[in-house]
Amino acid sequence: MRLLAPLLALLLLTCSSRQSGSELTFWALGREGEIVAQMIPEFERRNPGIDVRIQQIPWTAAHEKMLTAYVGESTPDLAQVGNTWIAEFQAINALDDLTERAARSASVDRNDYFGGVWETNVIDGRVFGIPWYVDTRVLFYRTDLLAAAGFQEVPRTWSEWRTALGRLSTKGRYGILLPTDEWPQPAILAMQAGSKLVDEQKGIGTFREPEFLKGFDFYVQLFRDGYAPLYSRTQVANRYLQFAQGDFAMMITGPWEVGEFRDRIPAAQQNAWMTAPLPTPDGQPWPGLSFAGGSSLAIFRQSEKKEEAWKLIEFLSEPAQQVRFFELMKNLPARKSAWAAPILRDDRHLAAFRQQLERVAPLPRVPECERLAVLLAEYGERAIRTQATTAQVAAALDEKANQILTKRRWMLARKAERP
Amino acid sequence: MRNESRAAALFLAPAMLVIFVLFLLPAAASLLLSVTDFDIYALADTSNVRFVGASNYQALFGDSVFWRALRNTLYFAGLGGPLTVMIALASALLVNAKLTRFKSLFRTIYFAPVVTSLVAVSIVFRYVFHVRVGLLNQLFEALGLAPIDWLGDPRFAMPAIVVLAVWKNFGYSMIIFVAGLQSIPEELYEAARIDGAGRLQQFRHVTIPMLGPTFLFVGIVTAVGYLQLFAEPYVMTPDGGPLKSTLSVVMLMYEQGFRWWSLGYAAAIAFVLFVVIALATVIQFRLQTARDRAAASAARAAKIVEGEA
Repeated sequence: MRLLAPLLALLLLTCSSRQSGSELTFWALGREGEIVAQMIPEFERRNPGIDVRIQQIPWTAAHEKMLTAYVGESTPDLAQVGNTWIAEFQAINALDDLTERAARSASVDRNDYFGGVWETNVIDGRVFGIPWYVDTRVLFYRTDLLAAAGFQEVPRTWSEWRTALGRLSTKGRYGILLPTDEWPQPAILAMQAGSKLVDEQKGIGTFREPEFLKGFDFYVQLFRDGYAPLYSRTQVANRYLQFAQGDFAMMITGPWEVGEFRDRIPAAQQNAWMTAPLPTPDGQPWPGLSFAGGSSLAIFRQSEKKEEAWKLIEFLSEPAQQVRFFELMKNLPARKSAWAAPILRDDRHLAAFRQQLERVAPLPRVPECERLAVLLAEYGERAIRTQATTAQVAAALDEKANQILTKRRWMLARKAERP
Repeated sequence: MRNESRAAALFLAPAMLVIFVLFLLPAAASLLLSVTDFDIYALADTSNVRFVGASNYQALFGDSVFWRALRNTLYFAGLGGPLTVMIALASALLVNAKLTRFKSLFRTIYFAPVVTSLVAVSIVFRYVFHVRVGLLNQLFEALGLAPIDWLGDPRFAMPAIVVLAVWKNFGYSMIIFVAGLQSIPEELYEAARIDGAGRLQQFRHVTIPMLGPTFLFVGIVTAVGYLQLFAEPYVMTPDGGPLKSTLSVVMLMYEQGFRWWSLGYAAAIAFVLFVVIALATVIQFRLQTARDRAAASAARAAKIVEGEA
């Protein structure tokens, strides 16, 4: 009984704090939450009636927490969402349709966004998120080693790339590091070869198709020819040091690595590394495709302050704010006009990202996306580490993927029955 | 009498209510869940849930990853369980020996890993298992053995986890063994000595039989805990790597349930694990009763022999 009274009081308190609601709640993930807080005072100054409350959610728990919040009807007004989650949250009907708002808006200009990045937020022709910052993968390479191998320019086609890797892989050294348990590399190579990975409309995997096999073969062959070491993520103790020592001359990785390379690679090699857009299959336009990652801003359907939430999205989407966010956080802006700012334009390592962003495509926009990505890494590793042919492994992958997509096909069939 | 039983029911009611609400009801609900395809789509709209009968279980038994996880878990429990019990007993004997000084200090030291945060421990052990700078491999090097990639090699990742788990957990069983040892009456040892039993014989014929119930308790608690292996690989080898060699049944359940939200499938995994644990417990009980019976008949036989002599 003595416990009951304080408990009740606590319960009432938590209820009332939810009811009071003159605040706009914004869930931001990881360090982004810390950084964006510095930008909010300006927004509140411009919009006196709105009081933004930022909740910082760790990345590792974010996905789970948003789903639980949805079930418990305690979603925030708006949130930062990884753009591969959009399809999933849309499937459970958690997100507000932003199509009309985006079309009407004076500041959110669809044409100022990188096409592939914008597309990640579009499900069945409707917009469910506005890109906040972007992430993609490019080639990081050692200029000196490549020059020593006879290449003044970075390879642009797959066959040039293989030649270069062949010359770079000698006596215990490898041309490229592709951690065997990562999915982005096989996914990118398959996408470059023309694979969609999943047929979104039919809800089936396309891992038996020749396009996928072409990319997957190319990927696996890099290991079989000894161009890439059989290292998983955890087996590379210090990739920066090993890159600096020349254990491998290339890596395919993302924008956060630029800062890490500058901090961690010894001064002697600081002028000996560069970034470049990805090579492309022979006969196709350069650069080769990469995937459009990053985070979007989305409004939850249960929110009662959609107008205010949209204002915050518009504010954070302004090119000036995008540049400021880059200054604070080094996340790449989603808007082309922001890239005109000197701090971005004149950065020699970021130029490759700017170029690459014109050639990015979304990963499959299905709720099962992340699960399929993990599966791809798993089967990729199986192909690399066993004697099975790539076709056999791809067929097994296809079967497993289709098993996972069973429910999606049922959902699609039901939707078709009663529109 | 009627009054008494009514009073008993009244006193029991709160506990029964708690058990019903917090244990039986969720267990029934998850059994129900395991025969549906409750997943991410069902979160949106419960009309997306389909009753699927035993097909979750069917899929589970046809899933090579599940068998892999079950094998890994049994391997872990089969290797780690007996090892933990043996080390716990050995250390209990040491700590409890008459010659030992600073008994409580040693007890505390051996017990410390049990109460240490696993996450902190895992950071230290990652260094211990490190390929190049690790303590273990430096020891190997000094002995002239080839270094082992403990956490990266599918053959050695699980033994590495076993080492960590045994180190972390044996202290708990040790304390229980110490309590068991202290409850053995000194007279028994005295009588054994008078009968001419040596140290080893005293251990075999007095200590071990008298610790029977303790063995049963420690064995069951260890088996139940180890079959639910989760935290150790979760912090040491995330995703059950390398090549799923440290994926346990509970990790698989967690992944299916809370990463992919296939709650129906995850519930089916939970029930299969429940059955496995129940079986392991029953087997231990059976073994113990068989041992007790054997001991009793041996004692009877001894008495008869004595009587004849």
